[in-house]
Amino acid sequence: MIYWNSFSDFLHMGGYGLYVWGSFGVTAAIMTIEPIVVARNRKATLSRLKRQMRAEARNTAE
Amino acid sequence: MTHRFNLYHFASPATFYPLAGALIPWFAAVSVLFGLAGLYLGMLVSPTDFQQGEGYRIIFLHVPASWMSMFIYLVMAFWAAIGLAFNTRLSGMMAQALAPTGALMAFLSLWTGALWGKPMWGTWWVWDARLTSELILLFLYIGYMALVAAIDDPRRADKAGGLLLLVGVVNVPIIYFSVKWWNTLHQGSSVNLTKSSMAETMLWGMLLMAMCFWMYAIAVALARARTIMLERERHTDWVKAVLAGGEK
Repeated sequence: MIYWNSFSDFLHMGGYGLYVWGSFGVTAAIMTIEPIVVARNRKATLSRLKRQMRAEARNTAE
Repeated sequence: MTHRFNLYHFASPATFYPLAGALIPWFAAVSVLFGLAGLYLGMLVSPTDFQQGEGYRIIFLHVPASWMSMFIYLVMAFWAAIGLAFNTRLSGMMAQALAPTGALMAFLSLWTGALWGKPMWGTWWVWDARLTSELILLFLYIGYMALVAAIDDPRRADKAGGLLLLVGVVNVPIIYFSVKWWNTLHQGSSVNLTKSSMAETMLWGMLLMAMCFWMYAIAVALARARTIMLERERHTDWVKAVLAGGEK
């Protein structure tokens, strides 16, 4: 079922290793980093909005 | 009380926000499953290509990224049209939420294309119709994001950005049909409804990877849309309720 004879064959990609793994590496990096950035943005936005809401509540109470 | 199904109900951010939150983990999980299946078929099971050797395996990223770069733009243009026609709040937020992912897909299409072109054509880049129009697509994404970011009033930013999206949509059929309309170095489409030039495992690997990219894009865009909604609707009661509820 598996096409490759050995793991080193798989890494070597018939001489195209640099091009194939260069493509997969950058794609994997982007698809890992993008969700992390989105999640961080969400956290930062949430805490900023909560701070603002508390500040507004204090101002109206005074 | 009537229980008529109403699309406007889902177009309201207050309804959409929790719905999107519930859907994101499912889209993410399905994306991972499709990705694992696609990588297994494409990278481990599929045989070599008789012309391109193992270098052809870049197709499992290049084609999904290219498809998504065009499809996301069409979805953004659709939201722009809805927003300009009906003045709905949600549409501009959706277009903005999709843009960075679309830009990354266009970049990945060019990046994987360059790494594929070098061993097969002997060059990283040529100014041919397919490559140039895809580069223009990347610039359209970047231009849209810069334009929207430069305008302080969100509703006006949506209108200006929406117009740019609608004008730029002409580029998508140009990308798609460029390999037919002009002589280009780029090969024709690999998938054809009547006959496909690919072996069956390769085709399935590629389609599974395309589904993986699609579900990924939906999950990330929904997550981004939720943050944009909180920001833009921060003075409304529903956002205050969300914030007071200890949302993390």
